[in-house]
Amino acid sequence: MSFALVDGNNFYVSCERVFDPKLEGRPVVVLSNNDGCVVARSAEVKALGVRMGVPWFQLRDLAKKHGIVAKSSNYSLYGDMSARMMAVLGRFSPDQEIYSIDECFLGMDGFERYDLAAYGQQIHTRIKQWLGLPVCVGFGATKTLAKLANHAAKKRAEFGGVCDLAALSAAAQDALFASIDVGEVWGVGYRGTSRLKALGIDNVRALRDADPKWLRREFSVVLERTVTELNGTPCIALEEEAPAKQQIMCSRAFGAYVYDLAGLEEAVATYVGRAAEKLRRQGSRAGAVQVYVRTNPFKADHPQYQRGLTMPLPEPADDTRLLARAALAGLRRLYKPGYAYQKAGVMLLDLSDAGHAQGALFATDRGNPALMRVMDRINACWGRGTLRLAAEGVHQGWRMRRGMMSPCYTTRWAELPVVR
Amino acid sequence: MISIPSPNPPRAARPLFLSRVPAGFPSPADDYVECSLDLNEHLIAHREATFFVRVKGHSMTGAGIRDGDLLVVDRSLEAGDGDIVVAVVDGELTVKRLSRRGGTVRLLPEHPGCAPIEFKDGQELTVWGVVTSVIHRVR
Repeated sequence: MSFALVDGNNFYVSCERVFDPKLEGRPVVVLSNNDGCVVARSAEVKALGVRMGVPWFQLRDLAKKHGIVAKSSNYSLYGDMSARMMAVLGRFSPDQEIYSIDECFLGMDGFERYDLAAYGQQIHTRIKQWLGLPVCVGFGATKTLAKLANHAAKKRAEFGGVCDLAALSAAAQDALFASIDVGEVWGVGYRGTSRLKALGIDNVRALRDADPKWLRREFSVVLERTVTELNGTPCIALEEEAPAKQQIMCSRAFGAYVYDLAGLEEAVATYVGRAAEKLRRQGSRAGAVQVYVRTNPFKADHPQYQRGLTMPLPEPADDTRLLARAALAGLRRLYKPGYAYQKAGVMLLDLSDAGHAQGALFATDRGNPALMRVMDRINACWGRGTLRLAAEGVHQGWRMRRGMMSPCYTTRWAELPVVR
Repeated sequence: MISIPSPNPPRAARPLFLSRVPAGFPSPADDYVECSLDLNEHLIAHREATFFVRVKGHSMTGAGIRDGDLLVVDRSLEAGDGDIVVAVVDGELTVKRLSRRGGTVRLLPEHPGCAPIEFKDGQELTVWGVVTSVIHRVR
């Protein structure tokens, strides 16, 4: 067996650069919703030592000094470019697993006779020309190895953006693995890394050569599987159909602090509306709703408060009104006056297939599926939030701040790129 | 069943032949209805690589490209001599005619008073995409 992992380099930044070539060669960051933290960095920004997740306000001085350009996240643009990229990549193999917005696995069974590195260069060139996006390609006998090869392709200039592990000699592979931190291995995770290092396993080669049975006892069956994969035996298959999500979350930081319950209620009802729409789209129902609020942890001089509450539902539901009722009841219980709230969130838990729901004996309100269907269709045609609960409010003063957002170049007629 | 009118009909699909529904004799043309026409099919050869851009200015009026027009740009095509292209010049996107002759690469405007842009040795031209159609509204 053989797999490829194709991954967009600094994907969000690259999408911005396609339509604004002035950003080429300049340090660029993309900020999270509400212009909070850094979620994507160009190579120039990485070279300045800026870490992922740093709050933007902490970077102001550095940004001024080095001329860092900040962009608000433009998910309409990134989503459209991602869909285009995945469609193009899908033609390079009959088997494709879209793993995230900017990366996918391709099944390479039957391609082994070909020069995979050359094939990877073709993929790289095609995506660069058709979409203007730079990608790196890694090939390996397992998904874990393909991920690792992609990491090497991205970090080592000598690979030129494409790395086929099978083409390396055993000695070259050993040397490469010994030079990569164990934390870079897919599925090891942050906690696993520090525990492995405490046991003296600090690079990929050491992990590959560790005894899987011992790892299983010390850690978990998951790590045993990872090590088996590192040794070239596939344990993780391609998942061509995205599995239904086990939980659905919608949370945002507010554009301005919210102090009163009414403002929080509007935000929470809106997030429920959004999450419930996703829930219905995947054909699930939720058994419980979790709601949480918090103040701004970066303002140490403000009084701090953070709390979440999970509200079980009498029976699994997908009706926005029932979910909102539960979330708002929870919110009223955890709300405390006197705090500057900066963020609220909603999570739908205990999801089950709407087709096999078990009814409760004494449930009184089962919701109105026909009404929800109409609501989803209207919102799909006329834009999100066209039809919504009155509880979501009209003015929504807490809405996100996205002061540095680029135009939706590919999804709105009024915002097309301009050529002179 | 509630029918919801959409502000953006997803496809510009129209039947090729239309006949009224007659009370008596069915239209003999009905047997010849083949399919419907979709403008996307006509204008777009490579969906993923095709982008729309808006023209600002008058540098290409001689080529029938006017201020406010919409261009269909296909990035998958190799730009050749004589193609109208969108190119990157000084960090800006510009539409011009590409000329590759006698070892020189130039971007030619088609409007009196606009100067050609010449690429000397070592200066690299970045072609963003090849223009395949101009959409010009007349009202």
